[in-house]
Amino acid sequence: MAELASPAIATGAPPGRFTEFWHSYAQSRGALIGLALVVMLVLLAIFANVVSPHPPNEQYRDFTLAPPAWDEGGTSRFLLGTDPVGRDILSRLIHGTRLSLLIGVISVAISLGLGIVLGLTAGFFRGLIETVIMRVMDVMLALPSLLLAIAVVAILGPGLINAMYAIAIVLLPHYVRLTRAAVIAEAGREYVTSSRIAGAGALRLMFSTILPNCAAPLIVQATLGFSNAILDAAALGFLGLGAQPPTPEWGSMLSSALEFIERAPWVVTFPGLAILITVLAFNLMGDGLRDALDPRLKR
Amino acid sequence: MSLLDIAGLTVKFGTDADPFIAVDDVDLAIDEGEIVGIVGESGSGKTVMALSLLGLIDFPGRVTARRMNFAGHDLRGIGNRERREVVGKDIAMIFQDPLSSLDPCYTVAHQLMEALAVHGTPRERASRAARRARALELLQQVEIPDAEARLNAYPHQLSGGMAQRVMIAMAISCQPRLLIADEPTTALDVTVQAQVLDLLLRLQRERAMALVLITHDLAIVAETVHRVIVMYAGQQMETGPLPEVFETPAHPYTQALLAALPENNRDHARLRAIPGVVPGAHDRPTGCLLSPRCRYAVARCHRQELGLMGPPGRGARCHFRLDAQGHPTGNWQAERSAGAAVPT
Repeated sequence: MAELASPAIATGAPPGRFTEFWHSYAQSRGALIGLALVVMLVLLAIFANVVSPHPPNEQYRDFTLAPPAWDEGGTSRFLLGTDPVGRDILSRLIHGTRLSLLIGVISVAISLGLGIVLGLTAGFFRGLIETVIMRVMDVMLALPSLLLAIAVVAILGPGLINAMYAIAIVLLPHYVRLTRAAVIAEAGREYVTSSRIAGAGALRLMFSTILPNCAAPLIVQATLGFSNAILDAAALGFLGLGAQPPTPEWGSMLSSALEFIERAPWVVTFPGLAILITVLAFNLMGDGLRDALDPRLKR
Repeated sequence: MSLLDIAGLTVKFGTDADPFIAVDDVDLAIDEGEIVGIVGESGSGKTVMALSLLGLIDFPGRVTARRMNFAGHDLRGIGNRERREVVGKDIAMIFQDPLSSLDPCYTVAHQLMEALAVHGTPRERASRAARRARALELLQQVEIPDAEARLNAYPHQLSGGMAQRVMIAMAISCQPRLLIADEPTTALDVTVQAQVLDLLLRLQRERAMALVLITHDLAIVAETVHRVIVMYAGQQMETGPLPEVFETPAHPYTQALLAALPENNRDHARLRAIPGVVPGAHDRPTGCLLSPRCRYAVARCHRQELGLMGPPGRGARCHFRLDAQGHPTGNWQAERSAGAAVPT
């Protein structure tokens, strides 16, 4: 009924793709909250230098392990307190947003790109090439993800960039399988045949005809994979295999403050909360996207 | 010389040791501006035959033919690139389900313009505006109401009939010389069926296209087609001009199909359906493929296979070609009573 009232219908023109998408996305409150949080995180990351009250690596030796502002003995200079060497936790968290989002973007982009190419190839050409690709992916899926990531980092050497590669490799099989399944389902449809009759070649069929029709599950998986990447990066950082000190990465912040958990709980609480909120935001957004884009859940 | 000239077209699937023959030794000649109907039950190889003309049978399917010419090009062993040039422009095809034949991701305009960018006139290839104008013109030719607004519609915003009109617009956009319509009206409701069929026939007349109409609806064939091929289990059972074939069918299968039409069953309590189903890949009978379902079958039918017999252009694949009264001819009477005397 709401659609009948929309101005797009009244003018006779069919509603655009985006209008329709937004209409179903906005129906879920969780998705909207997730989107708002994600927008906020992105803004924080972009304007980290402006927003954060202190430089992330500046050590205030007189204020080591200062409690948060509302606690007894806290000071409004350090809203969320300081860490064992006197760095402002709030500033470090804000700068950490940058790293976390960067890790998410880069590792998801790598695995999505590779996954689409491999999955399209497997699903479009079938036969031997499909068997080879899919069995390799099965082997990768058989290993626990963190173990595989640790193994990759062990080979490449610790560091933030290598952690991203490791996470991309861990996430890859999901995209390959998803793409292949979607491609196989679409490749048999008649519009693909009619495109072939009109003279489209293999590359055009793969990337221009079939791929856009497989986009919905891939977008959802990419969003959910984003939170996985952040979580894995934090785990690698916690184990000392990801970002190296003094980089303000959430996972390494957690691990360097572990010994103070009894005396100064805020040092571990806030990085943990930051990870939790970010992961939750992306999961909420991913679920909302799935509800809006997945045709099987529609109507 | 015919526009399309095919002899001995065979399409096989499966292994060489145990092949499934989807299309068996079919001859087909279509002249410019001619309408040919291909009728048969589901699974009789109509669609596979059409796809094989367009080179769309993928491994493990194998297409062989003694002769396969289209407008002077030999389609056998033609390279993919050359085939795309010949086939993409001069042969077009319309499918049964219009909504799945349109790419859900692109607007109607985009899909119409895509083919024009490759196969259109030089002006259309060069200018986007010219392609868009042509797309609008095409939509108007297929009588889509409010064509301007429909240009920017996505397929899911169209009704079935409208989507089929868009498909037809796409098919005629490159001025094809041969249009293959595979069950073009089956997925549409009855009133729309008539409109779409009228549209197809009008376009065919205006452009003097050859039209291959694949259907299982005999009524459509009876009204529109110049010549008909009746197919069963991959073989052509009977071929000839209309209305001759429907008035005096020479093959028991054609006769049975006609007898099964509801309008020919007004006085019967039950529809005179053909018993049984089309044989599948692994239960092909020996002898005539129709023999297990044929009311006239005698011992020879179960034993001895045969090709198309009779005068050229009016062949029937039967040992006992039916006469004008619909009775089997030749030695049938004698063989029938011999079979009854010695039951096998």
